[in-house]
Amino acid sequence: MRTVTVVGASLSGLYAARELRAQGFDGRLVIVGDEPHHPYDRPPLSKDFLTGRADEDRLALTDAEDAGALDAEWLLGVRAGALDPRARAVVLADGRTVTCDGVVIATGASARRLPGPAPAGVHTLRTLDDARALRAELTRGARRVVVIGGGFIGAETASSCVALGHRVTVVEAAPLPLLPQLGAELATVCAALHRRGGADLITGTGVGALRGTAAVTGVKLTDGRVLDADVVVVGIGAAPNTAWLTGSTLALRDGVLCDDGCATALPQVVAVGDVARVGGIRAEHWTSATEQPRAAVANLLAGRTTHHARSLPYFWSDQYGSRVQFAGRRLDGDTVRIVEGGLDDGAPGADGLLAVCERDGRTTAVLSVDRPRPFTRMRRELARQDDETERERREGQAAALSVPHRRATL
Amino acid sequence: MIPVCRLEDLPRGESARVGTTPPVAVFHTDDGELYAIDDTCTHQDASLSDGWLEGCLVECPLHAASFDLRTGQPTCLPARRAVRTHRVTVDDGVIHVHLVAREGTAA
Repeated sequence: MRTVTVVGASLSGLYAARELRAQGFDGRLVIVGDEPHHPYDRPPLSKDFLTGRADEDRLALTDAEDAGALDAEWLLGVRAGALDPRARAVVLADGRTVTCDGVVIATGASARRLPGPAPAGVHTLRTLDDARALRAELTRGARRVVVIGGGFIGAETASSCVALGHRVTVVEAAPLPLLPQLGAELATVCAALHRRGGADLITGTGVGALRGTAAVTGVKLTDGRVLDADVVVVGIGAAPNTAWLTGSTLALRDGVLCDDGCATALPQVVAVGDVARVGGIRAEHWTSATEQPRAAVANLLAGRTTHHARSLPYFWSDQYGSRVQFAGRRLDGDTVRIVEGGLDDGAPGADGLLAVCERDGRTTAVLSVDRPRPFTRMRRELARQDDETERERREGQAAALSVPHRRATL
Repeated sequence: MIPVCRLEDLPRGESARVGTTPPVAVFHTDDGELYAIDDTCTHQDASLSDGWLEGCLVECPLHAASFDLRTGQPTCLPARRAVRTHRVTVDDGVIHVHLVAREGTAA
């Protein structure tokens, strides 16, 4: 393989580039990024960066030494326009073409927006430029902020806005924020962090329309209420950036479809990070974006799937001074048990809590609020069990496959 | 020189956080060695004393960056900068940390 193009210059793209070099690829490495910035870390954008505790230099994921070791050609500020498998080329939006033998798709996801025009004062928070704009707006005195969406971005942004002295209301269409991720009991616990932290939380009602023409003045909810607002942050999730792959013959269904080794149906094309649906699951987790590239690059260089990228789901969030961590594979119907700490008026007590989800006597997932030490232990134990289960499953599969073969030889 | 705790109160495999500015983490390894490093991960705000201790390495509880307690050097991403190491002594059964001066400041 002479030339590999990594399309996407964020976390997973950078990790893929590093893996290529670490796994011995010494050919031409091209990294394409639609943002003008070198790779940066997104998690602090809604937290320390928004509140001014961290500056842009803290976000950088590479330094001169690291970039030198990669020995890559960076094409930044240009979007990929198409993947042309027959010509073995990535076609850029500005008309340039990068011919290559291998492609890592790492184009990530884009913040979903509300339909219709967005007046001034309406923001999303996904990119550094988004965060710069929101931060500038939030430094102009006390504002009334409405955050649409109670997911992690919404909760963290709301928490940062409260810390900056703004009046904050979070609107969540579902009965509880984080309901699909955490289930009702644990979602209730996390929802209480808003109240304890000083933000209003309105659930079970959607957003009908934004008020204001030049600048936003309010948010009309579907139940008829109108919330006055000077700043609106739309945190309603992200959609994978796959439009550029239309016509490439790759299967696209809420992400680029891959096997569990991040390999697509096209030889020499793998996908990693938020854009990749790996083994049926698209995870928008920082940890997946850093772990998948190892297997993806190994498989890219091998030309077939020899490594699997499955890993135990893990995510964390910092909100209202608390650190929330979750790991595992929770299913609806799991029993929830608090094993350390407790609740205080529905919210985690001052010394935090550790809760586990259990099914058939086994722990499936763990949630921690400000209990990082036992959480780390449990997360490792869950990962170990998960690996074991996965190995057994694969061995079982291999055995099942080998049976007809053995019979045939008898 | 800052007293941490009695040696018997920090069993092997355990760690203690010292609330200095910046905070320091003291580790008692399974081999019985004592090490002290800056407590805050150089990648993002997390307390290494809450981390996973394995041999002479501690893994950050947030993003799994790993640091060598002997040198303070990160052994894997996402951390890229070292944490400072501090000398540890035991006097009369009490663990003490000898803080190194912060770069660019008087001791």
